[in-house]
Amino acid sequence: MKQTLLSLSELTKQFDSKTVLDSLSLDILDGEFITLLGPSGCGKTTLLRLMAGFEHPDGGTITLSGQDLTHTPPEHRPLNTVFQNYALFPHMSVFDNVAYGLKMEKCPKEEIRERVQEALAMVQLQDFARRKPHQLSGGQQQRVAIARAVVKRPRMLLLDEPLSALDYKLRRTMQVELKRLQRELGITFVFVTHDQEEALSMSDRVAVLKDGEIQQLGTPREVYERPANLFTARFVGETNLFPGLVEKTNGDDTVTVDVFGLKRTFAKPDFPLRDGQSLHVLLRPEDIRVLSPEASDGVSGKVVERNYKGSTLDSVIHLDDGTEVLASEFFDEDDPAFDYRLGEPVRVSWVDGWEWLLPEEEINPVGEESSVDA
Amino acid sequence: MRSAMRQPFKTAVLVLVWGWLLFLVLTPNLLVVGASVLTRDPGTFISLPLTLDAYRQLLNPLYLDVFLHSLYMAAMTTLVCLLIGYPFAWALSKVPRQRQVLLIFLLIVPFWTNSLVRTYALKLMLATNGLLNNALLSLGLIDQPLQLLYTEGAVIIGLVYLLLPFMILPLYSVFDDLREDLLRASHDLGAGHLATFVHVIVPLTLPGVLAGVMLVLLPAMGLFFVPDILGGSRNLLVGNVIKNQFLDARNWPFGAAASIVLTLTMAFLMFAHRLSKRRIGEEGA
Repeated sequence: MKQTLLSLSELTKQFDSKTVLDSLSLDILDGEFITLLGPSGCGKTTLLRLMAGFEHPDGGTITLSGQDLTHTPPEHRPLNTVFQNYALFPHMSVFDNVAYGLKMEKCPKEEIRERVQEALAMVQLQDFARRKPHQLSGGQQQRVAIARAVVKRPRMLLLDEPLSALDYKLRRTMQVELKRLQRELGITFVFVTHDQEEALSMSDRVAVLKDGEIQQLGTPREVYERPANLFTARFVGETNLFPGLVEKTNGDDTVTVDVFGLKRTFAKPDFPLRDGQSLHVLLRPEDIRVLSPEASDGVSGKVVERNYKGSTLDSVIHLDDGTEVLASEFFDEDDPAFDYRLGEPVRVSWVDGWEWLLPEEEINPVGEESSVDA
Repeated sequence: MRSAMRQPFKTAVLVLVWGWLLFLVLTPNLLVVGASVLTRDPGTFISLPLTLDAYRQLLNPLYLDVFLHSLYMAAMTTLVCLLIGYPFAWALSKVPRQRQVLLIFLLIVPFWTNSLVRTYALKLMLATNGLLNNALLSLGLIDQPLQLLYTEGAVIIGLVYLLLPFMILPLYSVFDDLREDLLRASHDLGAGHLATFVHVIVPLTLPGVLAGVMLVLLPAMGLFFVPDILGGSRNLLVGNVIKNQFLDARNWPFGAAASIVLTLTMAFLMFAHRLSKRRIGEEGA
């Protein structure tokens, strides 16, 4: 078990009497890559700023391995930040930007030179030391920002949506690069993003935030496969939510649920159930099986949209009762011509055991929160 | 594709701009350069032969003194403007956007009144039995009226009063552009307030400082009516010398030479300003 490095306890923050963080607690472990994931206005950036010391909480404490940091100014915290728009000093060369933090520490000149070279080598920018930031591409500026932050050998690196300004391909490259850096340096990374794909592929743990509260904290796999609530289910990945009705709870830790008239037996979820209760059956598009209309299993519907994605064929199917189903199927080597016509009648089923059950709750649309990403 | 309609418009604009520059900027300046290398003539003002006498005359200790004293007063004016303007502009960039617009508006309002009139108003305030002395006397802070008028100080006060907005506006513009995240980054990397000021804020606002200095220092050497009204006979500016040479002494070559030296000083400052801008990467890329 890893040790707690930074402990956030009951943090509360208000801006203009609007609550941005509401008694939020989170323990960040030594050496982990943790992502704060949420829509804009969920409080993730504010949380990061509290850790960095740019803002101070109205209530609660921040401790770093037992040392209280709650009101320590940023210049005295052993943490460094990679800013969203890099925040490189435009009047300094790449070298001077990276050296800035060491100069402030009053490091000897020779040591500064060595450590800056080392940091630049780490991000493959040795040959760019004399350039000015405006002479670099976005990806290169990003790497300077990372070198500048890690050259101080911080206990923890805070990354505020560092990849959001890069194009898709560069973003993928930088994701791999960041992961590699984190492994090599062994520094704890706290990564803020609204991109769930980024969060899943990079993190050891993901904290899903909404309205200043943590909705779920877990490994990417837990968050994706076993979301704690409807918000997480819908925010992380594509989701089919089917209405289910509990027929009866069985003795053997299973439950029989009526979904579109199909009687399915599921493993009992960890929330209390009674007969006749309605619940949500959550199935990811890749859990869906599309069958021919002659199949005996499944619910009938017709294909209304098909998207060729290269490795998968994604389709949207309208069931007879109007429910929309997203399906994502891999191409089969035995059937290279596999495809759908629009309007083609099909039956929709899924593999039992891949579903996830959630209690009924009021459904709020995702992503329409008022945007206060202060 | 260029439309037929746009071509004549483009030509007209170019002719207008170039015509303006040629006849109202280049020609007068060439005339001044020409005048400065000609000989003084009581009848026609200037005549051949070509000579550098006027420039030699500038090195006369008498005029050198006037030039240096003028430079000193202009420099003091600039320094005072900078000391007031820098924090003023910084604070201005921090107030809410709505109030910023109002404050900048208030800063510009005095320009609606002729500066000569405003200088006379200042004279009334600084006079021996003027507003300021009366106020200080009635408050019992002084027993005798202070001699404020016709001093070097009065000239500097007058110049600061007229030129302060020219310092504040370019400074406001650089402070307004100063990104908050750069200051955060500086603190994040271990710099305190003083270090952040010295290493980040000052270099990034330097173009504004230089622009302000340019807009204050050179006019401050030229605003001849300020010493005329407030300064008495001993506190002359280069502007007074130039004015006197053209209107009173009728020595056009010398007046022209003095104004060319002033123009060259300006050119040098503009060059320095460009250099500082390029340093922080606002041009090029």
